Amino acid sequence: MSNSKLTRRGLIKTGAVAGAAGLTLPTYLRADAHAGYLNAPQGDTVTLGFNVPQSGPYADEGADELRAYELAVEHLNGGGDAGMMNTFSSKALTGNGILGKKVEYVTGDTQTKSDAARASAKSMIEKDGAIMITGGSSSGVAVAVQALCQEAGVIFMAGLTHSNDTTGKDKRANGFRHFFNSYMSGAALAPVLAANYGTDRKAYHLTADYNWGYTTEEAVRSSTEAMGWETVNAVKTPLTQTDFSSYIAPVLQSGADVLVLNHYGGNMVNSLTNAVQFGLRDKLVNNKNFEIIVPLYSRLMAKGAGANVKGIFGSTNWHWSLTDEGSKAFVKSFGTKYGFPPSQAAHTCYVQALLYADACERAGTFNPCGVVEALEGFEFDGMGNGPTLYRAEDHQCFKDVLVVKGKENPTSEFDLLEIVEVTPVAQVTYEPDHPQMAGGSLGTCNPGA
Amino acid sequence: MDAIILQILNGLDKGSAYALIALGLTLIFGTLGVVNFAHGALFMIGAFCAVTLSRILTLSHEVIDETKTDFLGNPLKVDVPYLYDIFGQTTGDAIIDWAVPISILFAIPVMVFIGFAMERGLIKHFYKRPHADQILVTFGLAIVLQEIIKYFYGANPIPTPAPEAFRGSFDFGAAMGFDPNTIIYPYWRLVYFAFSAVIIGAVFAFLQFTTFGMVVRAGMADRETVGLLGINIDKRFTIMFGIAAAVAGLAGVMYAPINSPNYHMGMDFLVLSFVVVVVGGMGSLSGAVLAGFLLGILESFASMAVVLETLPGINQIIIYLVAIIILLTRPRGLMGRKGVMEE
Repeated sequence: MSNSKLTRRGLIKTGAVAGAAGLTLPTYLRADAHAGYLNAPQGDTVTLGFNVPQSGPYADEGADELRAYELAVEHLNGGGDAGMMNTFSSKALTGNGILGKKVEYVTGDTQTKSDAARASAKSMIEKDGAIMITGGSSSGVAVAVQALCQEAGVIFMAGLTHSNDTTGKDKRANGFRHFFNSYMSGAALAPVLAANYGTDRKAYHLTADYNWGYTTEEAVRSSTEAMGWETVNAVKTPLTQTDFSSYIAPVLQSGADVLVLNHYGGNMVNSLTNAVQFGLRDKLVNNKNFEIIVPLYSRLMAKGAGANVKGIFGSTNWHWSLTDEGSKAFVKSFGTKYGFPPSQAAHTCYVQALLYADACERAGTFNPCGVVEALEGFEFDGMGNGPTLYRAEDHQCFKDVLVVKGKENPTSEFDLLEIVEVTPVAQVTYEPDHPQMAGGSLGTCNPGA
Repeated sequence: MDAIILQILNGLDKGSAYALIALGLTLIFGTLGVVNFAHGALFMIGAFCAVTLSRILTLSHEVIDETKTDFLGNPLKVDVPYLYDIFGQTTGDAIIDWAVPISILFAIPVMVFIGFAMERGLIKHFYKRPHADQILVTFGLAIVLQEIIKYFYGANPIPTPAPEAFRGSFDFGAAMGFDPNTIIYPYWRLVYFAFSAVIIGAVFAFLQFTTFGMVVRAGMADRETVGLLGINIDKRFTIMFGIAAAVAGLAGVMYAPINSPNYHMGMDFLVLSFVVVVVGGMGSLSGAVLAGFLLGILESFASMAVVLETLPGINQIIIYLVAIIILLTRPRGLMGRKGVMEE
């Protein structure tokens, strides 16, 4: 029979030893699994918040994101064919939810408006007890919701957001981005453009007049000018513009032989359509074929632009035609369930959900600070873009970037883009203090309690 | 000089869309006294008439092509239009290629019916209500209509190309003695401009040279007196609502190849069209047309790089700036009737 006698001196000694040990251990190993942070799961379920555009111009993209999240939840809870959980290099996920708790979810509608997105995220955190928020289809929304999650003390796993600022000047300790960014698009595109169009080109930029447009223009300008291209003009176009004819008509008069459309969504569909209507692609300028470039492609946008995308270069985060095991598993899983291949938005959202769950498993806690530590510097593979690093300094994923081209002879409505180059990660990696990412601070994680 | 000609061309083209929508708006305001915020939605429905007919013409049955595979590695299912079975592939392709112009025939009865249904089913109950009520109810209707379209067609733009013969562009520069490639203009936009000129001319001729039009004009000037003469002016005004809906719808049909139709395209045009109507003068048909082209041209000039370098952001505010100046100096608008929008 043991007889333990707890004295005051003994208690202090024990506390000191435990404290010293605690200082040397990673935070997540000593984090309390169910207390000391906001929305700690109390029962046998854990709630995730999927905040996607369910109305507004990106509603179709949001619908695809939601499909991906629902598939991720199914896989996390042990249903379906487990998709990329089979190919994911980390084997912490076993199909029994997260940390033994069944995954449930609530959804919100961002409407692609920052205030609406913040309101729905706030509601999911405060009313529904969501412990992680993920999704979105706009950098403005991502930056706004990321800041809210930082203040509230939950993790934000960004969905589709391509602006440098998300993990640049607006980065936050509680926020993580799997998607690539403007810098990476520029870095991946430039060598392909040089190889196909030469290094002696005059470029004319049309740029959507908001944050994402600026960073994309800056990235493409920097990378193309570095290889010898000249930028003859860069004109900002209103986000609400629907007819770009008055911006496109003067392009030929400028002496430019390349038009770069720093537009996304409906803007890109319309500006590209207008540019093709004006016959730019059939013209010979400076004794060269006139060319058009779309720095950020998505299959859904390409569908909207129809035959106009044929032969036009751009970059994308992921494409369903990739042949690695992870991509094939995801396409099979998603395609079997929904009858069509996933978009890049669906892919990045699915991956983010799995990465969050995996980080919780490896950390042994839902505590946001434990999750942050588990994700920072995490290297993984099997998720569709080759070996990937979640860099600790800015919470940006570094992986291979795809350069794609509008397909000349598509065989179906999904077969619109072809991969022309998988740009190695080393070619798109930059220093955390790169001028295009300058400013801001990651700060420290906030557990919300 | 070539840059100026180019932007005038652009402006005429933009102005065509503004003028057609504003013409319909003015017809409704002038006859029924209703401020119809659902008019942009009618333009959008017109564009979706083109989408719908394109889909009808491409209705297909599946044929399995064992030599190819789909994205899951299964044998590829190829859609073969029923038109191929009926007319053969060459004629079938030609009919599908001309889907947009053919849609005009399809859109007219559809739009007239929608116009009648809107007027009889909802708007007639708001004739004697304040303009604020009319704006609220028609704005609500516009949102309902666009959500219906989104439900059936999705949120993404749907490419609806012009016939092959009208794709590409015409080199005005070369034809006018300037350097080649300095003034180019898409064929379909020229078609759109010509089409809008015909529609505008037809509406004016209809009002000016037909007995029906004469009665409507009399009713616009003095509704009660015309009614006392035993003429059912309400019925004629309902027909005018249908015509206005058809004008907006046809503007939408022909606009579909210019920018892929999407469910919010009506809202994109609506505010600008109201500015056009106000600048032209509420109730003035010729004012709506004039202001449509004027503001279209001004907007095009404001979008030129050289102008933007001098006055950054002018492209975003030019229309509203002009509207403020005109309303401050001439509250009735350019060609508005005295007593409308002024003390």
